[in-house]
Amino acid sequence: MAVLGVVVETTDRAALQQLARQELPRLYALARRLAGDEAEDLVQEALVRACRAFDGLADHQAGPRWLRVILANVWRDRLRARGRRPSELLVDEEERFSLYDTLVEEDPLPYSDTLHVDFLGAFSEEDVHLVLQRLPDHERAPLVLRYVEGFDATEVAAMLALPVGTVHSQLHRGRQRFERELWRYAEESGLLAATSDHEGRAAGDAGAGGRPDGAPAPAGLGRGSS
Amino acid sequence: MTAPITCRAAVQRLWGYLDHELEPRDQSALDEHLAFCLRCCGELAFARELRRLLRTRTSVSLPGDAQARLEAVIDGLEVGDVAARHDE
Ligand SMILES: [Zn+2]
Repeated sequence: MAVLGVVVETTDRAALQQLARQELPRLYALARRLAGDEAEDLVQEALVRACRAFDGLADHQAGPRWLRVILANVWRDRLRARGRRPSELLVDEEERFSLYDTLVEEDPLPYSDTLHVDFLGAFSEEDVHLVLQRLPDHERAPLVLRYVEGFDATEVAAMLALPVGTVHSQLHRGRQRFERELWRYAEESGLLAATSDHEGRAAGDAGAGGRPDGAPAPAGLGRGSS
Repeated sequence: MTAPITCRAAVQRLWGYLDHELEPRDQSALDEHLAFCLRCCGELAFARELRRLLRTRTSVSLPGDAQARLEAVIDGLEVGDVAARHDE
């Protein structure tokens, strides 16, 4: 297996280092989304693996993408080594959960004319990240690769070494779980209570005794709007 | 004219619709459903927003200390094989 007499091209080494430095923030972001607290370690292993395979990268323009694929591969291997179940079925109740309907029924933002958009607008980047971390690893991975990173389903299947059909069903379950966890997170973190309070006060301050008039509700709904 | 589908079936296809991954038959069945079902149109708009949320509101910043450690790893990288020699 040893590659005997390898002469290290210093240009290769420099090229890989430059690529890695340039891609580090993006690579780390992907690792955080996939692996949460394990992110740094995941990036390290991906870099080491990239190093061993760099000779095989013919087109250096494809480098950024190539690094992300390697990182996803490392994560897949880790999940496998831990023997995670491919996927447990959602219980019926979860299968039927509809965030859209729940918002209509619970009406958590009574002052909003654009309830659904404003509900999503209440989530900061950190909130969305925390919601994603609540998903099981094997459902989060396809969701992140498909919708955050923008790989298509076939590419995701190749990266995770799964049949495309499996990726589609994991995506379906992942989306459902994501919606469900958005709602749970909003309830548990007081996200909406804070938002309603704010709106309520605004209405009170206006002194009109009704809904706040003129000013359209900003998408950020009173959180970190400055 | 394709066979009519229920709201539940329509909702299950919305992401595939947005992802341009539906079979032509499913696509037209959904189009026909959306033409008269306001509720599912709302669901479609919401799914589009959710999709956008995933794409745009998920930036993660690289903390300074992690960056320093990872750059040290990069500095130590050897191309090709672990046995490759240092250039320094
Ligand atoms: Zn419908």
